[in-house]
Amino acid sequence: MSDRSSLRRPATTATSGGPRGGGVTDDEQFAEAPIPSPPSQSAAKHGRLGDRVFAGFATGAGVFMVVLIAAIGIFLLIQAIPPLADNKASFLFSRTWNADPADLNFGVLDLLLVTVFSSVFALVIAMPVSLGIALFLTQYAPRRAARPLAYLVDLLAAVPSIIYGLWGLEVLAPALSGFSVWLNENLGWIPIFADGNVSAQIGQTIFVAGIVLAVMLLPIITAVSREVFDRTPTPHLEGAIALGATKWEVIRTTVLPFGRPGYISASMLGLGRALGETIALLIILSTTTQFFGWSLFDGGDTIASKIARASAEFNDPKAAGAYVAAGLVLFALTFVVNAAARAIVAGHKEYE
Amino acid sequence: MTTATTDLDRPATPPAFQEISPGRKFRNRLATVLVTGAFLVAMVPLVWVIWTVLAKGLHRVLNADWWQKSFGGLTSRNPGGGVYHAIYGTLLQGLLCAVIAVPIAIMVAVYLVEYGRRSRLAKAVTFTVDILSGVPSIVAALFLYALWVTTLGLPRSAFAVSLALVLLMIPVVVRTTEELLKIVPDELREASYALGIPKWKTIVKIVLPTAMSGIITGVMLALARVMGETAPVLVLVGYNQFINYDPFQGNMASLPLLMNSERLTTNAIGEARVWGAAVTLVLIITVFNLLGSLLSRLTAIKTK
Repeated sequence: MSDRSSLRRPATTATSGGPRGGGVTDDEQFAEAPIPSPPSQSAAKHGRLGDRVFAGFATGAGVFMVVLIAAIGIFLLIQAIPPLADNKASFLFSRTWNADPADLNFGVLDLLLVTVFSSVFALVIAMPVSLGIALFLTQYAPRRAARPLAYLVDLLAAVPSIIYGLWGLEVLAPALSGFSVWLNENLGWIPIFADGNVSAQIGQTIFVAGIVLAVMLLPIITAVSREVFDRTPTPHLEGAIALGATKWEVIRTTVLPFGRPGYISASMLGLGRALGETIALLIILSTTTQFFGWSLFDGGDTIASKIARASAEFNDPKAAGAYVAAGLVLFALTFVVNAAARAIVAGHKEYE
Repeated sequence: MTTATTDLDRPATPPAFQEISPGRKFRNRLATVLVTGAFLVAMVPLVWVIWTVLAKGLHRVLNADWWQKSFGGLTSRNPGGGVYHAIYGTLLQGLLCAVIAVPIAIMVAVYLVEYGRRSRLAKAVTFTVDILSGVPSIVAALFLYALWVTTLGLPRSAFAVSLALVLLMIPVVVRTTEELLKIVPDELREASYALGIPKWKTIVKIVLPTAMSGIITGVMLALARVMGETAPVLVLVGYNQFINYDPFQGNMASLPLLMNSERLTTNAIGEARVWGAAVTLVLIITVFNLLGSLLSRLTAIKTK
């Protein structure tokens, strides 16, 4: 019975879809099996145009995003090629930077080292503190207080980086001066605390800049970690509590193992942010003619701060192109770091 | 069993809850102290920065001239003047950026949630949005420089800054909108389809309005963020002490740019200008944040 009716259905739609107004046959079919009424077809036809246009816009916007990222890479590459061709030094391994269009002689290595060194230093400070904050907000703070307290941490992200930079130079550097000198004098035998190429006392150093960067990273790493820690399955927590674990043991055996990939991913996102930070480092770091010497009390420039420092003199396309080449390196670096951060989380379905 | 009957003082079974060993207790306390300490450590810079900004700049802001005049015609030795020109620049650049970025970002989010679902393109778009949110602002500025100035041969202008800010704003708005669209209940969509309403109309009239209050908050927060960006204004426009209303021509000040220019004035007047501008910038960002939550409350769909 059901077989027969399902067999007949296509046939009925075919007949009723053709010439409309054959009222008698239509009624007969309706009595046996209801079929979609013809009026809805005309409505669908009418709506289809709007749907097509809107879907086109939406898909176009999506495609635009992909094109945009590709365009950023391609445009930077195109602008960077002519100066790179005229470059007398090895771009990746030379440590001098001379973007005079008549005598192009620039290498990105020194900038790259300062960029990575200061970012990693900032990360080393920010990672444990953010972990503590995220645990405090998700596990320790009373439920009702957690939200406003989290808001306070988020406020750190709302402060513009130029204000952090000015604060670092005018307030934090003098405040840390004594500590910097003490570190330098007593722990100077450790390479990273050795004499740098700028004064540790004045404090326009990677040391101060890294601490300011760490402050800027705190809200970023905390926000993502908090979200992951909050998703620890309740049965895990209850299981640990039922076994008589102390609060810390509960966290160590359930929250931390569950949240570790998310926390690492959050830290990578923070690293990406630190690598690209511009104005705070531009303000704090003192320029120097000497090369970077692996000390926290070095000055110098990161890729981003070097570009920003020279931006007023972007008049010659070739000189500008040298900086664009450096920017391309920064773009590639942050691309890799961010993609890695996403890849870490993408492997964990439980975070969805 | 036999021993239990002879020794009546001993409990039949050992106590269920044994004393926690001192080592475990100590580690538990230590963790509590460290974790709470970490939070307090984070509050130090927050309070310190806000205090610094207010202490150094508040006296300069409490002056009607500050809000109504520019530094036009004043040298670094002339006190007085105001940041009207920079406030105008910051707001205009932010507004232009939002006008371009918000429609694109909402359409991208609509595509991801309503059309793309799990298609290949949708995955690629999600990935690029992720990457774009990690692009440093200086790279966005360089890209715009390469496109606008070097390739198209157009002069540096406030509009170029807005375009660079668009790159920074889009991923933030896409993310918020995407999350909000996902939590719009499917029942609403199905009810609309059941009435024969086409998909696009369902999205425009049902889905987006439901999510609108959250989207507005997201846009306001994103705006507050991009208005504090310094790298794009450094690369893409010059500082101007005078008021310039035209975003397509000439230099235009903005608060971050003003701070960066005036910090090179190493006297008390320059110092006051920098920190006064910092107070102003923080105020504007605060206002936008508050406006975000206020607007979302006003536009929220009334439930029951």
